Amino acid sequence: MTTEALTARSGAGIAGRVSGWLVESVLPVASVVALILVVWYGAAILMNGPQVLDRFHRAGVTPTNAEIVAATYAMDRPVLPAPHQIAAEFADSVFGRAVTSKRSLVYHAWVTLSATLAGFAAGVVLGLVLAIGIVEVRALEKGLMPWIIASQTIPILAIAPMIVVIFGTLGLTGLVPKAVISMYLSFFPVAIGMVKGLRAPDRLQLDLMRTYSATPRDVLLKLRLPAATPYLFSGLKIAIAIALVGAVVAELPTGATAGIGARLLSGSYYGQTIQIWAALLMAALIGVGLTGIVALIERVTLKAMGARP
Amino acid sequence: MISTAAEPDIATTPHRAGQFPAIDIRDLSLTFRTADGTVDALSHVDLTVGMGEFVSFIGPSGCGKTTLMRVIADLERQTSGEIRVNGLSPEDNRRARGYGYVFQAPALYPWRSIERNVMLPLEIIGLPKEERKARAAAQLEAVGLSGFARKFPWQLSGGMQQRVSIARALAFEPGLLLMDEPFGALDEITRDHLNEVLLKLWAGTRKTVIFVTHSISEAVFLSTRIVVMSPRPGRIVEVIDCDLGRERPLEIRESQKFLDVAQKVRLALKAVHSYDD
Repeated sequence: MTTEALTARSGAGIAGRVSGWLVESVLPVASVVALILVVWYGAAILMNGPQVLDRFHRAGVTPTNAEIVAATYAMDRPVLPAPHQIAAEFADSVFGRAVTSKRSLVYHAWVTLSATLAGFAAGVVLGLVLAIGIVEVRALEKGLMPWIIASQTIPILAIAPMIVVIFGTLGLTGLVPKAVISMYLSFFPVAIGMVKGLRAPDRLQLDLMRTYSATPRDVLLKLRLPAATPYLFSGLKIAIAIALVGAVVAELPTGATAGIGARLLSGSYYGQTIQIWAALLMAALIGVGLTGIVALIERVTLKAMGARP
Repeated sequence: MISTAAEPDIATTPHRAGQFPAIDIRDLSLTFRTADGTVDALSHVDLTVGMGEFVSFIGPSGCGKTTLMRVIADLERQTSGEIRVNGLSPEDNRRARGYGYVFQAPALYPWRSIERNVMLPLEIIGLPKEERKARAAAQLEAVGLSGFARKFPWQLSGGMQQRVSIARALAFEPGLLLMDEPFGALDEITRDHLNEVLLKLWAGTRKTVIFVTHSISEAVFLSTRIVVMSPRPGRIVEVIDCDLGRERPLEIRESQKFLDVAQKVRLALKAVHSYDD
C-alpha cells in the first residue's frame, strides 16, 4: 500500500493515481458500508427471530440455526428487512416496471421530485427577496425576522395538513400544496444565509463603492451579491435537502395516491416493510443526488469567481 | 457633471484652468460622539492645496490625518467650518467623481480578476466595454502589471495588489488622488519602487495628490508640501515647503536639501509628539 500511495502522491502514471484514489476515497466509504451491512444483517436476525421461531413452533418443526437465519432473511413482512430484500424490491420497482405504472418507484420518485424542485425554486426566490429586503431596508429586519424564525418553530407535520386543506378549497391539489410546503421549509436557510452573506462586505469595500458614488443597485449587484455567493450555496445545500423532506411529508397526511410519501403510507397500511424501505432508499438517493448537483454547481461557480483551489 | 469626470482629458475641464484651488479648507472642525464622550478629531484646520500639488499629511497616530482625508472624500462630514474640493462641496465633488481614493489596504474584490477590479469604477460610471478594457490595460501598464490582468487578487503579492488599487483609482482619470498610507504595510524595497512609480505618474499627469504617511523620508521624497499634524485635538501645526523639483531620482535622498527638509519635519514632529503614553 505504501508504494502505491507514494506513486499516487508523486502523480506518476494513471495506474498510480487510480490506486491512490482507491485507497483515499473508495476504501473509507467501502469500510463504512461493509460495517453497516454486517450490523444490519445481525439486527435482522435479532428483530425477525421471535416471529420466525413462533412460526416454526406452531408448525411443530425444530429448526436448525441455519434454517432460522435463512428464514429471518426471507420473510414477506419482516420487522427489519435484510438489505438484499430491499435491493431486490428496489430493483424490481425501478427497472421491472414501466415508468408510467403506478407500481413503478420511478413514477413515484418523479411525482415527489417535481414538487421538490418547484418548492425549492420558489423557496430560493422567497429567501433571496426576504434577505435583500432585510439588508436594504433596516425597518424590515425588526418587522420580518421574528416571523421568519417563528415560521420554523412550528412542526411541519402540524401545518402541512392545513396548507393542503386550504389549497384544496381553492381547487389546488397535487403539486401546488406540496411545493408550497417545500418552499415553506427551504426559504429559511437561504434567507438566513443570505442576510449574513449580503452583510459580509467589510467597511473598506463599502467605502470604495461610496467613493465611486455607486447607486444602491450597483452596491447590491457588484458587491453584496458576489460577496454573498459562498453563503448562498451553503444555504442552497440545506434548502434542497429539506425541500425534499417537505415534499415527502406533504404526501403523508393527505392520503396522496402518488409520490414517495404515498408509497411510505400505503406500505405502512399493509405492513409492506420492504416497500417502505425501498421508498426510503429512493428518497435518500434523490437527496444525495440533489445536494451533489448543488455542490457541483457551487464548485464550478466559485472557481469562476477566483476561489483558491 | 458626471460626464465631466469621465472625460479622458482632464486638462479640458474647468477645474484645471486654475480658477480655484483643488482643496480649500477654512476653520474646519470635526467632533466624534462616542460611548465615552466626545473626541475632537479635527480642530480649526485651515489649508489650501493648489492644482497639481503633491501634499503629504504626516503626524503621530490619532492626529486626524486620515479623518481629514475622509472629510475631503465625503466619507465623513465636518462638524463646523468650510471645505471646497475642486470648487464644489465634498459631496458634489464625490457625486461628480472628482477624486480617486487609495486605501491603506488594497480592498480588491476577491471574486474579480485583476483586470475586472480595475474596470469596476468604469462599470459604475457606465463606460462602454471597449473603453473599459482599453483603460484598464493602460493603467495596469502604468503600474507595471500588464501580464497579470487575468489573475485573481490572491495570486498577487501585497505590493502588487496595492499597485492594482492605484491603477483602479487612476482608471477613471480623476484630477485629484487621495492616498491614505497606501504603502504602510509594505517592505522598504517595494515601498521605494512604488514611490518611484507614483512620482512618475504624478510628473506625467500633473494630478493633485494628497498623501497620508507615517514616514518622514517618504513624505519628503514625494511631496511639494508637507503638512505636520498633532493629536488631541487633531490640528495642523506646521506646513513645510519641499522644493525638490518634479524629477526626483532615488539618490536625491542623499542630497543636503533633502536632509534639511527631513530635519525640519523631524523637529516639527518632535515638538508635537508626546511620549508619555
